[in-house]
Amino acid sequence: MWEYTDKVKDHFMHPRNVGELKDANAVGETGSLNCGDALKLFLKVDENERIVDASFMTFGCASAVASSSALTEIIKGMTLDEAAKVTNGDIADYLGGLPKEKMHCSVMGKSALQKAIADYRGIQIMEKPGEMVCECFEVTDLEIIDAVKANGLETTEDVTNYLKAGGGCGKCLDRIEEVIASVKAEG
Amino acid sequence: MNVIYTDNNATTRVADEVIEEMLPFFGGFYGNPSSMHTFGDRVGKKIRQARQKVADLIHADPDEIIFTSCGTESDNSAIFSALNAHPEKKQIITSNVEHPAVLNLFKYLRDKKGYDVVLVPVDKKGHLDLDLLYGSLSDDTAVVSLMWANNETGVIFPISEIAKKVTEKGILFHTDAVQAAGKIPIDVSVAHVDMLSLSGHKVHAPKGIGVLYVKKGIKFFPYLIGGHQEKGRRGGTENTVSIIGLGKACELAAQHLPIMNTQVKELRDYLQNQLLEKIPGVSVNGDLENRLPNTLSIGFDAVEGESILLMLDKEGICASSGSACTSGSLDPSHVLMAMEVPFKSAHGTIRFSLSHYNTKEEMDHIVKTMVSAIETLRAMSPFWKDGKLV
Repeated sequence: MWEYTDKVKDHFMHPRNVGELKDANAVGETGSLNCGDALKLFLKVDENERIVDASFMTFGCASAVASSSALTEIIKGMTLDEAAKVTNGDIADYLGGLPKEKMHCSVMGKSALQKAIADYRGIQIMEKPGEMVCECFEVTDLEIIDAVKANGLETTEDVTNYLKAGGGCGKCLDRIEEVIASVKAEG
Repeated sequence: MNVIYTDNNATTRVADEVIEEMLPFFGGFYGNPSSMHTFGDRVGKKIRQARQKVADLIHADPDEIIFTSCGTESDNSAIFSALNAHPEKKQIITSNVEHPAVLNLFKYLRDKKGYDVVLVPVDKKGHLDLDLLYGSLSDDTAVVSLMWANNETGVIFPISEIAKKVTEKGILFHTDAVQAAGKIPIDVSVAHVDMLSLSGHKVHAPKGIGVLYVKKGIKFFPYLIGGHQEKGRRGGTENTVSIIGLGKACELAAQHLPIMNTQVKELRDYLQNQLLEKIPGVSVNGDLENRLPNTLSIGFDAVEGESILLMLDKEGICASSGSACTSGSLDPSHVLMAMEVPFKSAHGTIRFSLSHYNTKEEMDHIVKTMVSAIETLRAMSPFWKDGKLV
């Protein structure tokens, strides 16, 4: 059984801000039914670009639900510029930490938030820029590089824990190792 | 909190009668069964009786029973023995829905030892592709190993029929009967199997005790090389207490076999039908007929298994999931994937596995808890709207 913190358990059993936000003016979606988890984030942003309300709908495990719930609590009241700086580490910290195999749940939160912000600002995020590394979970080299840099990831296992990449058929593990090595080489 | 235990394919409660049988041998009767004194033989005698009871459960001869430490050791011993018996043969056959104790060993033999491995696929109901299996048999086949019943779905393979065809060609046949034992009748005197694995803790004996049946006349190469124990077929001082417990457990299992197919099956069917009736977007995995009487693998659209399990856990209900998140892997179970169970329900699959200790009141409590859990989770799922999958 996973060792979830009391805060994770609380946010799973009593999630905050669940459901569709009727007057949302920004939406960010990430994940899929096939992947095993998905998050749809709703934001209501006022004319000063402040998030006055946020809600979520999540399909996934307890830590996915808790991460989504935590995310909405963290960003309510922030301006979009402030929210854009929220990291997956902030989400995990808010919950008192996540098991390392579940860190991808916090990454999902950050990803949905970025998409919602882009949605509000009318910016088209180029879908999955970069070269596809993990076909199973559709993760690109640029996403891996970002996660490695942001979280100081060292091993392919770390990358799988944070992005799921390499956690399916495993054929891309060598390529992931090369990407990690390239980041290290850059210093 | 009361525990409602419906995870008997994972492990079982040690029967009170089994504990009672074992207790004296934890304490005063600590002799070594191999010793040449009456004190040691007091244990030796109990082990001989236990061996007889284990043999009786599967209609074997006591000499055909080797005690091991677990089902995995039995599986590994059987397969390595077969390879040692035919070092010149380089092809080995199993299915893609086996327990890791067999499947990962076969993958090791393929990747590290150069064996040609045939993984026989299953169809959507979990049935083996028998044409492919029979078509793969050749002079180069060292062993065929197939489970008697699947741990996740309960689907039963026609082991006697398969073993007959395989052994007729002079090929060794092993079956992992860990899940079948005590749930459906096993009769090795007519089943044509050369080797068969059992595990104590799946039949209300303690953990840490397994059995390998090796048919008389089949050459056996020991896996643990050491003393003369088990007639030189498995070195190491016997796990006397657990062997004695397993003997009692097998005696009880034989007595309980008829109620598995009546009382336990009726409870399982009741649980299944109630869940199907009260919750929309639900599907049962595997063949409904050729299935262990205690097992229910059931998928709920648009929700995730770990979340369901934690909501059951809050009510003291123990079950398992076929979902990725509980095991630490990221894909749903290899069994559900092999059966092409769609992702929409594979991630939300729960396995309930019952025993004769379960009651109808417990099933009612499970149904009530499940109705509420699924409703709560679907209310927050982006893939469920207005009573259906979106």
